[in-house]
Amino acid sequence: MSKTENYEARLSGASSEVASFDEHEKGLFGRLHHLLHTTPALVPLIVLVTAIVIFGLVLGSKFFSPFALTLILQQVQIVGVLAAAQSLIILTAGIDLSVGAIAVLCSVVMGKFTFDYGLPPFIAVVLGLTVGTAIGGLNGWLVSKVKLPPFIVTLGMWQIVLAANYLYSANETIRSQDIEEQAPFLQFLGTTFDIGGARLTLGVVAMVVLVAALAYALRATAWGRHVYAVGDDPEAAELAGVSVHRTLMSVYMLVGFICALAGWVMIGRFGSVSPSATTGVIGNIQAITAVVIGGISLFGGRGSILGAFFGALIVGVFELGLRMAGANPQWTFLLIGVLIIGAVAVDQWIRKVSA
Amino acid sequence: MTDPILKARGLVKRYGRVTALDRCDFDLMPGEILAVIGDNGAGKSTLIKAISGAVVPDEGNIWLDGKPVSFSSPIQARDHGIETVYQTLAMSPALSIADNMFMGRELRRPGWRGKVLRQLDRPKMEEIARQKLSDLGLMTIQNINQAVETLSGGQRQGVAVARAAAFGSRVIILDEPTAALGVKESRRVLELILDVKSRGIPIILISHNMPHVFEVADRIHVHRLGRRLCVIDPKNHTMSDAVAYMTGAETPPEVLQPA
Repeated sequence: MSKTENYEARLSGASSEVASFDEHEKGLFGRLHHLLHTTPALVPLIVLVTAIVIFGLVLGSKFFSPFALTLILQQVQIVGVLAAAQSLIILTAGIDLSVGAIAVLCSVVMGKFTFDYGLPPFIAVVLGLTVGTAIGGLNGWLVSKVKLPPFIVTLGMWQIVLAANYLYSANETIRSQDIEEQAPFLQFLGTTFDIGGARLTLGVVAMVVLVAALAYALRATAWGRHVYAVGDDPEAAELAGVSVHRTLMSVYMLVGFICALAGWVMIGRFGSVSPSATTGVIGNIQAITAVVIGGISLFGGRGSILGAFFGALIVGVFELGLRMAGANPQWTFLLIGVLIIGAVAVDQWIRKVSA
Repeated sequence: MTDPILKARGLVKRYGRVTALDRCDFDLMPGEILAVIGDNGAGKSTLIKAISGAVVPDEGNIWLDGKPVSFSSPIQARDHGIETVYQTLAMSPALSIADNMFMGRELRRPGWRGKVLRQLDRPKMEEIARQKLSDLGLMTIQNINQAVETLSGGQRQGVAVARAAAFGSRVIILDEPTAALGVKESRRVLELILDVKSRGIPIILISHNMPHVFEVADRIHVHRLGRRLCVIDPKNHTMSDAVAYMTGAETPPEVLQPA
């Protein structure tokens, strides 16, 4: 008996460095791995800068001008806002296929409420944002309380919202001139202003402010930490005292709100309210593409919203650069496909924690 | 005789036709380490869950410091100063040590940055986390912002115990803290447990490891068939006795605890 009870006495001679957190030398490669592990937005940033430099060298000042570079921002503003929304959902280990459809429906709500019901445009925008938040809330309730998989919930909601959009609007476009004359506030986010040769719109500003605000909230507030914890391991988060239900509801409602905001950005960008805008059909895939290229893990809990923003910009740079170079637009899709697979491969590598 | 800090009488919990707790009693004295042992399926975990708020018993009462309490969630138990270290540790691997220690009870910055911007007080949380870890002898932490998934099993356990010790003012419950650890790491965790005890916080230790139980426990609660069979003093009984009692091979001759 005493033999078995005393086996641990032998440990007194052993090294006691069990709980040391010393960082041993890992070499350059290991340090790069660690850096990427702690700053996941770095990979898309490197790709973005590289792409801009290469297109700049090849195309010269035609591409490397304030005008062209800010044109990219204008072209990605809708996808950028949707990608910010998508990032939040994907961080909770979900996926949202309904983002584009919600955006289109909300833009239609804003237009119809103004032109059909004669509401002041400001009230119509507020109501549009409310509708978006409500749809997001319904998604969140189905995911969090009814415990349906997010993919299924939003796949259904995508069809429901898109169909509701066509039914409600009778697929009638509200023309740009009419909006300009009667309700210019609807196009508010389309307001352009020039700084030097750069041309920006308020929609671009809204996108940048939104991304910055979300990046702050995710990094520096308790809510942000809870979003990551819920995406990482919901049971652990619950046991640690996080209300998973409240976190999920807040995320889905906020995402609905942001999608409605994207709808408002759409009116500014296109000038008109168009129920058949392609965003309703492919907005979700565009947003997921930006998020994945941005290095956010589809398994949740890892990645940063800045990465998704860079991801959206990368797509924009490729689209504009290749068009300026006169390439067949299919090359854009081909390269984006390569980027998606490459980004996930890098993500898998980063997730392998070095010993 | 002093009064128990945590007392339960007549706890019953049924799952369908299975009775996991059968009029079970439980007593934890101030400042002691009470080990809970029992065979698989004896209802140990249900008992612990009932005390930590993860399970609501069908019948029976629980008193904390002489006052009746009833918890419907682990968070309520925590608010009463009962902290549980789960076997799964309940940590988010991708988040940092400091983030995990303060998960669900983050500190906000004083003034407008905390109130309006809801900004976390990272420097303070990191300082407290570092201090709590070094209090428990986890001195050599270089980087409190390291992700938990980069730590070894023993280090993770250490962080989980430190989290419980940092916030558990009344009772700390440890569920199989050494089950997944190697010899050296187990030793470290046992020292942590004794450390926490020396601060006067009573501990409930659930374990299958008899040498560990007999080494650190002041009293041993033997659980059998959904109820407390007996409470023994490890100084007066051998490990073989304990195993015999909990498997039903032998009936305990005397009962330490008045019924």
